[in-house]
Amino acid sequence: MVLNALRKVLEDVQPDSVAVASGSDGACEGTLACSTCHLIFEEHIFEKLEAVTDEENDMLDLAYGLTDRSRLGCQIYLTKAMDNMTVRVPDAVADARQAVDASKNS
Amino acid sequence: MAPRCWRWWHWSAWRRTRPPPAGSTPSVWQQFSTQEQGPQICVVGSGPAGFYTTQHLLKHHPRAHVDIYEKQLVPFGLVRFGVAPDHPEVKNVINTFTQTARSDRCAFRGNVVVGRDVAVSELQAAYHAVVLSYGAEDHQALEIPGEELPGVFSARAFVGWYNGLPENRELAPDLSCDTAVILGQGNVALDVARILLTPPGHLEKTDITEAALGVLRQSRVKTVWIVGRRGPLQVAFTIKELREMIQLPGTRPMLDPADFLGLQDRIKELPRQRKRLTELLLRTATEKPGAEEAARQASAARTWGLRFFRSPQQVLPSPNGRRVAGIRLAVTRLEGVGEAARAAPTGDTEDLPCGLVLSSVGYKSRPIDPNVPFDPKLGVIPNMEGRVLGVPGLYCSGWVKRGPTGVIATTMTDSFLTGQMLLQDLKAGLLPSGPRPGYAAIEALLSSRGVQPVSFSDWEKLDAEEVSRGKGAGKPREKLLDPQEMLRLLGR
Repeated sequence: MVLNALRKVLEDVQPDSVAVASGSDGACEGTLACSTCHLIFEEHIFEKLEAVTDEENDMLDLAYGLTDRSRLGCQIYLTKAMDNMTVRVPDAVADARQAVDASKNS
Repeated sequence: MAPRCWRWWHWSAWRRTRPPPAGSTPSVWQQFSTQEQGPQICVVGSGPAGFYTTQHLLKHHPRAHVDIYEKQLVPFGLVRFGVAPDHPEVKNVINTFTQTARSDRCAFRGNVVVGRDVAVSELQAAYHAVVLSYGAEDHQALEIPGEELPGVFSARAFVGWYNGLPENRELAPDLSCDTAVILGQGNVALDVARILLTPPGHLEKTDITEAALGVLRQSRVKTVWIVGRRGPLQVAFTIKELREMIQLPGTRPMLDPADFLGLQDRIKELPRQRKRLTELLLRTATEKPGAEEAARQASAARTWGLRFFRSPQQVLPSPNGRRVAGIRLAVTRLEGVGEAARAAPTGDTEDLPCGLVLSSVGYKSRPIDPNVPFDPKLGVIPNMEGRVLGVPGLYCSGWVKRGPTGVIATTMTDSFLTGQMLLQDLKAGLLPSGPRPGYAAIEALLSSRGVQPVSFSDWEKLDAEEVSRGKGAGKPREKLLDPQEMLRLLGR
């Protein structure tokens, strides 16, 4: 299940993030076959999330920039308790480059 | 139709920058002058690298036009021909690729072999930039005696066979032996083992070809050994695929606890991915299964096992010399530690009887064109961040750029990087300025050479036909295997 509201925010704020660029719900469309929807949560939100399964951990193993507050966005249900939370989107690439200032879509 | 004055401006601007190539007719330039003025980009290869590079270019430049060339009649590369039939969720990326292909600034040109039907230099003349994303279609050979015996196949060809790659449709592997040996311990090796051992009934609703399913139903293969020249800490497969093997219905794993002595202590220092993988291997090799799992294993008719520290030395023939009867393995020991550890011979050997050998020791790219630099040792196009060394305007992405490892998501990130570099160069004025004809010029060349390109909407017709043929059998599709039949279906 995707954080639909989160996706909308990402599209406005971080359209170059792998989480958005990979396509709806990530490259595998939310089926735990990739790690492109990797998101990093605040501690107080992270510890209240539903327990991570082996299958999700198997995919998290492959995520770039993994932290101990990382989860796959496609496995997280949005709840009221998450109002005003801050979510971090990992850098898409290993060497942080400045974003190309090419003409962007309007 | 553009107003006449605009067309004239284009024509005269072109003449000031460069004379049209000898032999070109005015109609080519008239055609191109009514096209939009955005950069014309050519991508060679329609697998994940080609499509993700294209997606990035279209997203970050509002007027760029991308033509994707593909040697097969159908798009998607290894997503269609490599990903296992029982991993349909991995193929979901096809939906994103389809959206990209349907953009009015993107055109798929299938059935065109770059390097044979059209030269890279001709593409470079017609486009502002060319990106090579054609992957790795060769397999790494074993280079041992007996490799040519019947019963020895590359995993690449075997996978192509069950996935409907036209050039592998006549493979006809003989599965009447009881033991198969797979050389290599990556995810492709596990895919092949899994397809050999999965109860055929479980594959009936997948897009595996009907021909392969028929052969697998008759298979007498009961034991599959997956052999690596290094140890448990160097296995290249990932945990998801290992878990699938451990849980495979009707099978039981055979891991030798002796291979895992001393590993328990080293696990805690390992990075997360390697740690979790090694923990699972160790548990499977050394822990007594619970009652339910023990019962499942006791009733299993098929087995698979991992053999370590064994390097293939020779394929052994049957008494009449006509097919494989076993494989001679050199016993190795490790020099060094971790991912960089190397296998060194000890002098001992071991013979393993088998009737089928599948080599899964890596893929290799091929050089595409004499004018494109290629490093035969590394098997990649020499490049810096996707810019081909020494050839301005030429780029690469995916396996042909970085080597043939990594999953789709790895290739995706890499392709976005190449796209970024290309657009940076465009903005910095490093690419040819002035209009380029793009496909208008290439179409004429292809036509004069008797090449019949296939469009994306042609693919969609073939797609609909495959889906329709699969329906009766409850399969997502029944793949078309014969290029001649496909062309006939398209009315060619």
